[in-house]
Amino acid sequence: MAIILKKRGSPYGIKVPENKFSEKQKIKVMPLPERLVIPLQQNIGAPCQSLVKKGERVLAGQKIGDSDKFVSAPIHATTSGEVTGTTTVVNPPTGALVEAIVIAPDGEDKWVELEAVTDWEKLDVKDILGRIREAGLVGMGGATFPTHIKLAPPKGKEIDTVILNGCECEPYVTADHRLMLEAGEAVLSGLAIISKVLVPKQVFIAIEDNKEDAIEHIAKLIKKAGYDFQVAPLKSKYPMGAEKTLIDLILHREVPIGGLPLEVGVVVQNVSTAKAVHDAVIEGKPLIERVVTVTGEVKKPQNLLVRFGVPIGKLIEHCGGMKPRANKVILGGPMMGITQFELDFPVIKGTNSLLITRSTTIEERDCISCGKCIEVCPMRLMPTLLARNAKTGNYDICKENYIDDCFECGSCTYTCPANIPIVQYIKVAKKELMKRAKK
Amino acid sequence: MTQADTPGTQPELNPEANPAEPPPEVSSMGELLVSPGPHLWRGLSVNRIMYLVVAALLFPSGAAVYFFGLRALAVIGVSIGFSILTEYACKRLRNRPFIMDGSAIVTGLLLALVLPPTIPLWMVALGAIFAIGIAKEAFGGLGHNIFNPALAGRAILAVSFSIEMTTWTAPAGFGIDAVTTATPLGESFVWTGSQTALYHAMFFGNTGGSLGETSALMILIGGGFLIGMRIINWRIPTIYIGVVALMALGMGEDPLFHILAGGLMIGAFFMATDYVTSPLTNRGKIIFAVALGVLTMMIRRFGGMPEGVCYSILFMNAITPLIDRYTKTRPYGVIKKKKVAASAS
Repeated sequence: MAIILKKRGSPYGIKVPENKFSEKQKIKVMPLPERLVIPLQQNIGAPCQSLVKKGERVLAGQKIGDSDKFVSAPIHATTSGEVTGTTTVVNPPTGALVEAIVIAPDGEDKWVELEAVTDWEKLDVKDILGRIREAGLVGMGGATFPTHIKLAPPKGKEIDTVILNGCECEPYVTADHRLMLEAGEAVLSGLAIISKVLVPKQVFIAIEDNKEDAIEHIAKLIKKAGYDFQVAPLKSKYPMGAEKTLIDLILHREVPIGGLPLEVGVVVQNVSTAKAVHDAVIEGKPLIERVVTVTGEVKKPQNLLVRFGVPIGKLIEHCGGMKPRANKVILGGPMMGITQFELDFPVIKGTNSLLITRSTTIEERDCISCGKCIEVCPMRLMPTLLARNAKTGNYDICKENYIDDCFECGSCTYTCPANIPIVQYIKVAKKELMKRAKK
Repeated sequence: MTQADTPGTQPELNPEANPAEPPPEVSSMGELLVSPGPHLWRGLSVNRIMYLVVAALLFPSGAAVYFFGLRALAVIGVSIGFSILTEYACKRLRNRPFIMDGSAIVTGLLLALVLPPTIPLWMVALGAIFAIGIAKEAFGGLGHNIFNPALAGRAILAVSFSIEMTTWTAPAGFGIDAVTTATPLGESFVWTGSQTALYHAMFFGNTGGSLGETSALMILIGGGFLIGMRIINWRIPTIYIGVVALMALGMGEDPLFHILAGGLMIGAFFMATDYVTSPLTNRGKIIFAVALGVLTMMIRRFGGMPEGVCYSILFMNAITPLIDRYTKTRPYGVIKKKKVAASAS
C-alpha cells in the first residue's frame, strides 16, 4: 500500500497569495509575561466555573476551571503562580463577555505531578477519553469543539474514516506545518490513539502540496513506525482544509447540509489536536500551550510555543513589534480571522495565528452579477443571491437557498470585484435566522 | 454597510460593558482597525474589469479607424463623450456619487462599434443618451440594468432612423470619399471575386458593415485576450458561434459565411458576455448561448431583417432573470439529505 496517495485538487476555492513567511522558522518558546489572563471559556459549549480563589497559589497544569455540562472542557493554570483576581474578556468568535482568571507567574514554572503512562495500548477507550477530557482538549483548528465528545460518536454512527487535517490552507499561518516537521512522531502517536478509540477502516493525513517537506517527513515517519496511515497530498487552494472539502475530495462523500462529518462516517482532527492527544494520554499533560504563528507586518515573523493567557501584545513585542503603518491585528488567518481592538486579549486554545496587517479602505459597489463568487464557493452556493437577500432582509429566501451550508470561508468576498462583504451579510442573516428559530 | 475599515470603530459588543483593563503596554501604534473578514482581497475591481474590456475593444476600434478613417474616430468620440456626460448628469439628478468606473466608456465604445460609419453624429449622441440614460441609469445604474445598454441604444436608433442605420459604405480608410455598398448579409450584396477572397475580406474586415464588426480577426484578438484574462467566460461566445454554424449547416447555408458576417462576432464576444445581462451560472450561460444561436439564425433566415444578433441578445437579456431562477447550483450536501429523508420515510 502506497503511503503517499495521488495528489488531488479541487475545482472550487481560490488561489491566494500564501505569504508563509515563517515556514522556515523553528518553533521557539515564548517567555512568560508578568501577568496571565486565562478565560474560563475557550471552547464551543458551556463556560467553566472557577475552582480557585483570589490569593491562591496554583501550579502549572492544575485545573482551575471546570463544568458539569456535557459539552465542556476544563481549564488549567498554564504556569505556577498566584491567582490575583478575575477579569472579563471578549470571546472573539461569539463576541460574548467571558470571565477570566488572572495569574501572576512566580517564574518557577512548577508543574503538578503528571500521570504518565508507559503502555497506552493497555488503556481502554473509556480511560483514554477520560484522560483527554481531564486534559481539557478541544479542536485546535479553530472550531474548539471538545475532543472527548468528538471522539465518542453517538450509538449507531459508525466511523469508518479518520482524516488528520494538516492542510493549513489559511495564508500566512505555519503553526501546523512546523508542528508536523518538529513533532511529527507525537502527532502520529496521537493519531494512533485516536484510531484506537474510533477503530476506523482507513486513516488519512491531508497535507497541502505547499508543504512538500511535511508530506515527505510524515510519510517517512509512518513507514518507520509501521502505522497503517496514508498521506493524501492536496493541491494548495483555499479553503482546502475545510472538513467538508476534505471529505468530498478524499472520499467523494457529501456531508448532509447542516450535518456533521460523523453522519457520513468520518471524523476530522487537526494535527495540533493529535499532538495534544499524545501529550494528554501518554504524558498525562493537560493542554496549556500551543504553537502560534506571529506574522505579517511584524519585524520577525515566528512560530512560538505559547502558554495560554499570554496577551497578544506581548507576542507582537517579542517578534520585534509592529512595522510602521501596520494597523490591524487579527486572531487567526487573513481569511477567517477576527480583528482585535485591544492588545491585551490572551492566546487561548483556538489561537493558531496572530496576523498583523496594514488595512486599506475600499467602498462597496453594486453587484454586477459576474458570477465569480459562485465559481469559487466550495459549498457550491450562490453567494451573490444570499448577500442580496440578506441585505434586503429576505432571510427566508436565504434559508431556501441553503444559507446554512455556508461555513463562512470568505472566498466569495475575496474574489468579489464589487468588494461586497458577502460573508458579513451572510453572517448577519444566519444570526437573524437563528434568533427566529429560537422563538 | 461598507467593508471600509473605520478607524476606532468597535465591534458589535459594547465596549463600556468591558470593565476597565490596564492599558496594553504595546499601544504606541495608535488605534487598531476593526473590520469583518476576510482581510485579503483579490483586487480585481469593477473598474479594472471595465478598463480591461476597453483595452480589448481597442483592437476592433483600431480596425474601425483603419478601414473607415477619421469618420470612425468621430463616431467613437461622440459616443463615448455623450455616454460619460449622460452618466454624470443622471448621477447628479439621482443624487448619487458619480464614479468613473469605465462602464460608460465600455457602453459608449460598444455602441459606436455597432453603428454604420456614415451615421450623422447627432444620432450617435442620441443613441448614447438613450443607452446610458434609459437602458442603464433609469433601471438603477450599473448592475441593475436588464438590457445591454449599447444594444438598446443601437435598437432605438435602428427603429427611429432606419435609412441612416442601414446605409453602409465600403471601407476606404483615410482620404478617399466613401462609396455606398451593401453588407454581406444584405439582399443586394454582390461579390464578384472568389469565395476565398470573400472569407479573406470578411475575416480581416475589408467589407461594408458597422464600425467594429467587420474585422473578425480583431474581435478574436480582443475577445481572446478577455478569455485569457478570465474576465469573460468562454462558454457564451464559443457555444453561441458554434450553434449558429450548426444551424446554418442544417439550413443548407454556408456556416463560415454566417460566422464572419454581420455582428455575430462582436455580439458573441462583447455583448452576450456582459455580466449584468447574462445568466450567473455555467448552466445558465449554456442555455443562454444556445438560445442566442437559434434565435439569431431564425431571424437571419426567416425574419424580415438581414441581421438578428442585436435583437436576439436583447430578447435573451429579458429572459435572463428567468434562466437564473431555474439554473441555480446544487449546493454540497443537498441531494444526499433528500435521499436520506426518502429512505427514512
